[in-house]
Amino acid sequence: MLDRFRFVPIRLLQSIPVVIGVTIVVFFMVHLLPGNPALTILGQTATPERVAALNTQLGLDKPLWDQYFIFVGRLLHGDLGDSLTYQRPVFDLVFQAVPITLSLLAFALVLSLVISVPLAALAATAPGRLRDLLVRVFTLIGQGMPQFWVGIMLILLLAVKARAFPVGGYGQTAAEHPYYLFLPALTLAIAMSPTTIRSLRASTINVLGADYVGTARSKGASGISLFRGHVLRNAAIPTVSIIGVNLGYLVGGSLVIEKVFAIPGLGSLMINAIFSRDFPTIQAVALFVALFVIVVGILTDVVYTLIDPRVDLSSRERA
Amino acid sequence: MTTAAVATATRAMRRPARSRSLKAWYRNGTLVAGLVIVGLLVLVAVLAPLLTPYDPIKQDLQNSLLSPSADHWLGTDKYGRDVLTRLLYGARVDLRVGFLAVLIPFVIGSVLGALAGYFGGWFDTIVMRVVDVFFAFPFYVLVIVLVFVFGNGEKSIYLAIAAVSWVAYAKIMRGELLVAKKQDYVVAARLGGMSHGRILVKHIAPNVLSQALIYAMSDIVMDIMAIVTLGYLGLGIAPPTPEWGSMILDGQEFITTQWLQATIPGLAVVVTSLGLSLLGDGLSDLLSPERRK
Repeated sequence: MLDRFRFVPIRLLQSIPVVIGVTIVVFFMVHLLPGNPALTILGQTATPERVAALNTQLGLDKPLWDQYFIFVGRLLHGDLGDSLTYQRPVFDLVFQAVPITLSLLAFALVLSLVISVPLAALAATAPGRLRDLLVRVFTLIGQGMPQFWVGIMLILLLAVKARAFPVGGYGQTAAEHPYYLFLPALTLAIAMSPTTIRSLRASTINVLGADYVGTARSKGASGISLFRGHVLRNAAIPTVSIIGVNLGYLVGGSLVIEKVFAIPGLGSLMINAIFSRDFPTIQAVALFVALFVIVVGILTDVVYTLIDPRVDLSSRERA
Repeated sequence: MTTAAVATATRAMRRPARSRSLKAWYRNGTLVAGLVIVGLLVLVAVLAPLLTPYDPIKQDLQNSLLSPSADHWLGTDKYGRDVLTRLLYGARVDLRVGFLAVLIPFVIGSVLGALAGYFGGWFDTIVMRVVDVFFAFPFYVLVIVLVFVFGNGEKSIYLAIAAVSWVAYAKIMRGELLVAKKQDYVVAARLGGMSHGRILVKHIAPNVLSQALIYAMSDIVMDIMAIVTLGYLGLGIAPPTPEWGSMILDGQEFITTQWLQATIPGLAVVVTSLGLSLLGDGLSDLLSPERRK
């Protein structure tokens, strides 16, 4: 059993070059800014003293490679500098925002499964028929809707017209948070559902044609018990990796959605940092999000191995 | 067998399947529906000045925030500009930028991926490592940061999208090449003494490009989403140029009174994506029928 998880340390080792690459990209972001980065960050009206001070703070007065190693060294000590706006360590800001964004993502993931599993089952059990067609139309339209616009439409329908939910914000107490997070999570769930439905539909059709499902049927299993006991687990296997890839995409989407609903997570932190040209904060959020995507990738493979005893990623490692 | 004979033989083997599928294109309902929708949108974009008597940019503050009427079918925005007019002109901007933004990453990604897959070795390793790094950043995170870094404006959007989306083409083409280079027609051409460049351009490219082309259709949708999202965040095409994303942003302010203003440009995006998705699905059926689910 444990043998099949040998790939985890290997994958962790393999992700080291990617993590190094990510730090290089995040580091060089500052150097893509045209002209003097400090001047660009502070604006043209900045005094020479402030420019010089920021240059020293960002280490911009040293050779590029030295700067990079200083950056990495500080990073390993959990120090990415201070926010130019809040004058506080950016790591504090990021770690304040992370739980909010993560709970939004988890909520969205659950909602997207609540939407996707029944719809995929409806479509897969009658391929080519009307309800399959309706589900396909839903996925096509769902894929074509800008996420932030879905959010605005939900605000319009459920907050402004029906007054069932708040138009935005995160709430004050732990009991209020789920209520405030519902609409943004639903927005993300709608954005995530089409690909999940498509994948789940295709694999369900495959599984429904398998011999063991025929056997289960002939032994009297039908309806929901057949679906839950025999079909879903097998059909879910390919979908897990799709959801894993999608989660990375979802993180990007959640940044924009947080802005729509004024939720004080990573997204609002980054977008506000962009407008205030708060470069250390932008770097910290980009770095954190990229590391998150790498971790999710590895976790996806673990889940994949857990739910399917036949999978053995250790034996077919990619070079 | 001589090179020429091999080439003729492979062409003969390919031709029947291709002409059969080409003849049947009009029976492909998905493709036709996609073509009609996209065709109409392009037509509307091109003919925008003829379709509306109003100016998309000139302000008319006395007529701001009018409800829909016979004069202004979709009402006017807060600067008194006709919403329908801005919607039509917005199609010009969003479609143009969406289509153009695909070109650079398509070319760069396909070429790099093809070379990596064909030659393998250290070049492949380097390209794929870089691809892995870029894949770690969610699309929007990198696009938003890069647009900020490059400065506002259309050029930054092209650069940012190119920097982010070439990786997908590289991955697709590398995979295609890994399969294609082991095919008999490539091995035969190689044995016949043909150069790598000639094999890649004359023999492999026509067979593998279709996958990148199919992906490009969904990529255009993604790029249009990105442009609209950037516009909504205030980082995209600068106002007062009519653009769907910034129209949604402007409309959101008046969501309680004039809800159409935020709704309609979003619907325009939905119709555009729907058309392009159908076109992509249809193309995929047409170009690689053997891969149909």
